[in-house]
Amino acid sequence: MFRGSFAAALRHGAAAPTPHPSPTHMGAGTWSGRCLAMLLVLVPLVLAVLTLPAHAQTGPIQTVLQDNREDVERASRRTVGPIVDAIIATGSDRAPLFLERWSERVVYQRETDGLFFLVEDEDADPMALIDIDTGAPAGEAPEDDMDQLRPNSGVRGVIAAALVRFQLSDPDPDRRAAGLQAIERDPDASHLAALRAAIDNEPDVALKARKQRLERLLTVTFGADEAARVAAIESFAGDISVDVRATLNPLLSTRTRFAEVLPADANVARTLEPGSDIAIEDAYAMLADAGRVPETVDDDARDAALVANIADGRVGGVSVASLDTDQAREDAYAALAATGSVPPRPSAEDRAAAVADHVFFETYNEPSRAVTDAARATLQSIESRVAAYGWLDLGLDGLSLASIYFLAAIGLAITFGVMGVINMAHGEFIMIGAYTGYVVQQFVPDHTASIILALPLAFLLAFAAGVALERLVIRHLMHRPLETLLATFGISIALQQLAKNIFGTQARPLTAPGWLDGALTFNDVVSISYIRIAIFVLALVFFVLLWFILNRTRLGLEVRAVTQNSRMAASMGISPDRVNMLTFGLGSGIAGIAGVAIGLYAQVTSELGASYIVQSFMTVVVGGVGNIWGTLAGAGMIGSLQKLIEWFNPANTLAAQTYMIIFIIIFIQFRPKGIFALRGRAAGD
Amino acid sequence: MTRPHKTHSLPFALPLACALVATTALAGVAQAQEEPIKVGILHSLSGTMAISETTLKDTVEMLIDQQNEKGGLLGRPIEAVVVDPASDWPLFAEKTRELLTVEEVDVIFGCWTSVSRKAVLPVLEELNGLLFYPVQYEGEESSKNVFYTGAAPNQQAIPATDYFLEELGVEKFALLGTDYVYPRTTNRILEQYLKDKGIPEEDIFVNYTPFGHSDWSSIVADVIELGADGKKVGVISTINGDANVGFYKELAAQGVSADDIPVVAFSVGEEELSGLDTTNLVGHLAAWNYFQSADTDVNEEFVATWKERMGEDRVTNDPMEAHYIGFNMWVNAVTDAGTTDVDAVREAMWGQEFANLTGGTATMLPNHHLTKPVLIGEITEEGQFDIISQTEEVAGDAWTDYLPESAVLKSDWKDLGCGMYNTETETCVQIESNY
Amino acid sequence: MERTFLIRHPSVMIFIALLALFTLGATILSEGFGIGLISTSFVKTLGKTLCLCLVAIAMDLVWGYCGILSLGHFAFFGLGGYMIGMWLMYERTKGIVVDQLAAAQLPPTPEEVREAIGAQIFGVVGGSEIPTIWMFADSLIIQLALVVLVPGLLALVFGWLAFRSRVTGVYLSILTQAMTLALSLYLFQNDSGLRGNNGLSGLQNIPGAENISQDVVSVWFLWASALALGAGYLLAAWLVAGKFGNVVRGIRDDEARVRFLGYNVEAYKLVVFTLTAVIAGIAGALYYPQAGIINPAEIAPIASIYLAVWVAIGGRGRLYGAVIGAALVSLLSTWFTSGRAPDIPLGFYTIEWVDWWLVLLGFGFVLVTLFAPQGLGGLVDRLVRNPRAARPQPARPPQSAKEPA
Repeated sequence: MFRGSFAAALRHGAAAPTPHPSPTHMGAGTWSGRCLAMLLVLVPLVLAVLTLPAHAQTGPIQTVLQDNREDVERASRRTVGPIVDAIIATGSDRAPLFLERWSERVVYQRETDGLFFLVEDEDADPMALIDIDTGAPAGEAPEDDMDQLRPNSGVRGVIAAALVRFQLSDPDPDRRAAGLQAIERDPDASHLAALRAAIDNEPDVALKARKQRLERLLTVTFGADEAARVAAIESFAGDISVDVRATLNPLLSTRTRFAEVLPADANVARTLEPGSDIAIEDAYAMLADAGRVPETVDDDARDAALVANIADGRVGGVSVASLDTDQAREDAYAALAATGSVPPRPSAEDRAAAVADHVFFETYNEPSRAVTDAARATLQSIESRVAAYGWLDLGLDGLSLASIYFLAAIGLAITFGVMGVINMAHGEFIMIGAYTGYVVQQFVPDHTASIILALPLAFLLAFAAGVALERLVIRHLMHRPLETLLATFGISIALQQLAKNIFGTQARPLTAPGWLDGALTFNDVVSISYIRIAIFVLALVFFVLLWFILNRTRLGLEVRAVTQNSRMAASMGISPDRVNMLTFGLGSGIAGIAGVAIGLYAQVTSELGASYIVQSFMTVVVGGVGNIWGTLAGAGMIGSLQKLIEWFNPANTLAAQTYMIIFIIIFIQFRPKGIFALRGRAAGD
Repeated sequence: MTRPHKTHSLPFALPLACALVATTALAGVAQAQEEPIKVGILHSLSGTMAISETTLKDTVEMLIDQQNEKGGLLGRPIEAVVVDPASDWPLFAEKTRELLTVEEVDVIFGCWTSVSRKAVLPVLEELNGLLFYPVQYEGEESSKNVFYTGAAPNQQAIPATDYFLEELGVEKFALLGTDYVYPRTTNRILEQYLKDKGIPEEDIFVNYTPFGHSDWSSIVADVIELGADGKKVGVISTINGDANVGFYKELAAQGVSADDIPVVAFSVGEEELSGLDTTNLVGHLAAWNYFQSADTDVNEEFVATWKERMGEDRVTNDPMEAHYIGFNMWVNAVTDAGTTDVDAVREAMWGQEFANLTGGTATMLPNHHLTKPVLIGEITEEGQFDIISQTEEVAGDAWTDYLPESAVLKSDWKDLGCGMYNTETETCVQIESNY
Repeated sequence: MERTFLIRHPSVMIFIALLALFTLGATILSEGFGIGLISTSFVKTLGKTLCLCLVAIAMDLVWGYCGILSLGHFAFFGLGGYMIGMWLMYERTKGIVVDQLAAAQLPPTPEEVREAIGAQIFGVVGGSEIPTIWMFADSLIIQLALVVLVPGLLALVFGWLAFRSRVTGVYLSILTQAMTLALSLYLFQNDSGLRGNNGLSGLQNIPGAENISQDVVSVWFLWASALALGAGYLLAAWLVAGKFGNVVRGIRDDEARVRFLGYNVEAYKLVVFTLTAVIAGIAGALYYPQAGIINPAEIAPIASIYLAVWVAIGGRGRLYGAVIGAALVSLLSTWFTSGRAPDIPLGFYTIEWVDWWLVLLGFGFVLVTLFAPQGLGGLVDRLVRNPRAARPQPARPPQSAKEPA
């Protein structure tokens, strides 16, 4: 650090230089690197002193900033490191504070003279300025004259990493945590020593554990002692966290090499069999790159050579016009090669022979075999657990999707079962629910209250819409199911367009309450967002509720009676008309609830319902009509199957949906009435 | 048996009569004497794309009203002819033909998706129309009859990727997109570009989802899982339209912070953000050539006029700026040429300059693309973007330099008179475009 | 046979005559061959409308006569368009590529030509290889055969599976809807080999006729469409007039009874389903070269539902009803969305038809279903007091119950 202090002293002239605490825990390797970088920064600084005497009165941090003004204004991850180091090297006890402020974007630059300031209140105009170096008020400036410094997250990362050494032993636990997070994001060899020094005096138990874990992670990568590294690696056996894998995997990174005989001292990962592990062409290209064998001549090069050797419309003894097949060009090139005017193309046999003369193998970039062996063994144990948890996570995703489908489809299933009609406008009832949620949020700003209010309101609105539809349209089409389907389709397009006319085409925000933010995380592999859990719970509640209504209430009895035999039920004194109306209302009302739920995790648009309607049909058809167990089974099957297909082909979600539908079409071949088919008379057409 | 015949013939007469009445009604468009200059607006007002395109229709109408207040163009008023292609791509072609032959408009402002542009292209080239296309797109095209006022890949995707590589130190890329031509081609260019930059193929994860996709949990989980080999992961999103809402909600739910896994989006602007709560998305990025938060006087005025016309809660976005530049350039070109004739206007367009809303000047290049500054913004809590990086103007490149088959191509309508010129063989590959 | 059929059914003759008159009129008014009173874009609209009428006739056959509410017939329509589109696109690109490669110093090899075609067609969607399904794209004959074969085969397989397991009524409708959704989702994928969301475009440029103006080409297609519509109408009318028609109507009215009478109901249904799919395929193959572009959105479930709506509005169970419905609704739709319909100012709110047309259509459709279940055709029939046609014809027991093979 001598050079730094020296330069600083030189620079400050009359200003009293503060003593520099030399960071003692710095790793040797980076120390020299940083020193060099600092030198690069400081040389212009020294020059600046000679040319810019105006800076003489400014404090040390300001001086560093002014001397690198452009790089500070447009800070970049690549150039900011030396500046940050130089700021720390000033030794000013305000340096950490300034760096924090800088990365929080509350440092401003005065346009008139380019000086940097902290400000008291960002929203005030004029702004009250604070001197960076002294913390003293430095006058005021109108907001228009002040430019905010906006370091990007790369720069903020560099600053955070530099601040680590001040934070690890900070009295404030939040800052210590911030320091640890900075290390986790961007581990560096220099952190290891600082971290080790800060473990023993850590009062907070949780933070201490975190520090110890982090220390082991850093040891794996940066530790000097092989035994310590191996011990650290083995301590992570079975730990499926992403950061552990992120630490271990790079140890096993390999490089493909070749030699005439396998070198004894190399940490070989595996040898490659040409033809199976490595393509002959690739192996040959490696040899050619190293200059051991002549380069291959690819087709483009061949054609270029032919063109270059055209003379009087002929090349290699044949006329150019006849070169319209690959074979003809091949022959012409061979003829050219025979004359020696172009290099010959090595034949396949030549190439295979050349490749056979060499051994191809992969070596670990990590030289220590003990370390790579330990890492491989540990990773293996981790990977098998990750795979198992992966399935669990997939199961949760499938469950979540199933509960969404269930909510969307159950209303449809009830009405279909009881009345034998498909309500194409069902999706629009879902949409009504979602928009209800949005509108309620416009009036009730508290998200929790608004959701609690929106759920019953959405139910009531959709219930009313459903009853209206039943009274006005469906009742008149009672025994013409296909016409009902089309009439409700008419309602569907009209409602969708109405929603567009009222709410516009933009997606509307429906925000979940704060306590539903985030996810329930079991570990780094298995997690599920709270919103999805809430939807799952909602689906469960409605399942139980419906089961109760259908099996334990008078209405349910009547509904089941009408479902099974409408005429018989009527003769028993049940009014099918009333039952139909109520079931339709109930089914629609649940769609409204589903709308609120879907809106919470996806987008609220006028097409929201339409995008769920076909899936809902599928759920009902697969599950079997008129049976909530059927809908449950249908939703479960479709949800988990879709996730399973997605898992097989993660790069293409569209394909998953296609195969899904094809599967359903085939499924219906075997169970045309769904998983839970109604028995008896109701099963008839 | 005579009765039924008679009754059967009646219904037949109906559609035919209808068709013929409609025929004459549509055909006989009487022209007024004091002819206004007609500007066609070809943006979907219904269907899936209405979410984005309606705003652009309003923008062009605003610009036309402003111009008429200034006394019109060539002493004649400008009249907007609005049609609704309803997010239906064949309808785009049909409406274009109608605009050009029935309405006889002098210029069309329109299209959003690349498919719609590709549908319109053959009609434009056949009838020598003029289209101003305001949206960032995948490049690989330069039509004689289209001026591309949105960004080409080298004005948005490549600089944003550079930002990821250099500023954020990203080593592993997840390219997430909606399954259609813009993300496909952009990702193809980016994949090649990343490989050239030394990113191995296995560190590039590509995923395509359908339009309006809403179930993002497993995809986001896959992205997080990418970090398991210790490399810094970044997401380049070409997810289009309202699918973004679900995507960002899931990002927030799974706690993906911009410091861990930054996401840069090419299709998410102020308009899309207005559909969600951005508190958990602060710090994620978008790359555009314009943000509403740009700190210039012209922009302040533009935003104020827009809000006054459309309502306080309406926002401005990048394609709007593209129309703003395009419309004003067209007005200036018509003034320079003294006529609305397409060929004359096209010639006057080359080299036309107009001030960007973000500062600096846009110049129309002979390849029908603009020079534009590239801006990178971070999402703020207010649903706006904090501009953290702004480059000098970058010249739009019709044919990308990063795909070997396109690198040899260039477009120059002014001197070479060709939009697809092979610089190796020094021949014009084709005058018309690929559809 | 044909003679007597036409004499017994003069309505068919009247239709053919009116269609011919209409085509002639449109030709005379067109820009390509006549006085230029109607624009080329409108000629195209008329031609496309004729194709829609044809597919509506197919829909009427399968739904109005056979009682199968298929919500997937636009899938066949689209497939027909894709098959012809492949040839149009391949040949047009080939022409460009051959011209371009002729300038190279070495004469191109067949592989180079193919590669360049692939790069031109698929470069747009991020690929360059020509997928295997394009293997016949250079042969017009084969692609024309595929226009018929692909929709026909799909309908045959799907119908066989569905009818065999006795899927009927609403279930069948949902299943056909699932089929078209699956197909459109499949085609939406870029990897499907048919350019994904972009679909096939530039189809209005007919290879070999590059220098012929669209004014002329549009009239050619109008003629072809009119011819196809006439032939389709004739075929459909002939089918439903005979014994086959009686059995099919019987299936619609009471399937079980017809089965008990000894007819192989499934076979009849399968024939109707497949035949109408083929008609739809042909209609599509004529439609898309006029539209200029085909993409998967065309065969989304909603399109097929609209098809059912046309037929319902026009009047099921009568062929002219389907034609009226398709022509009227699609032309009205064009008119309302073109922005030409006058706005209605209500003082506090102005009804702009671009926004309100779908609402009108939706509610209008509900009203038609409720109050005019026989559609416009039925209304007309009722006006002239023809009770026979105003009601669905009751199933008449076939006179000679002979089981078809």
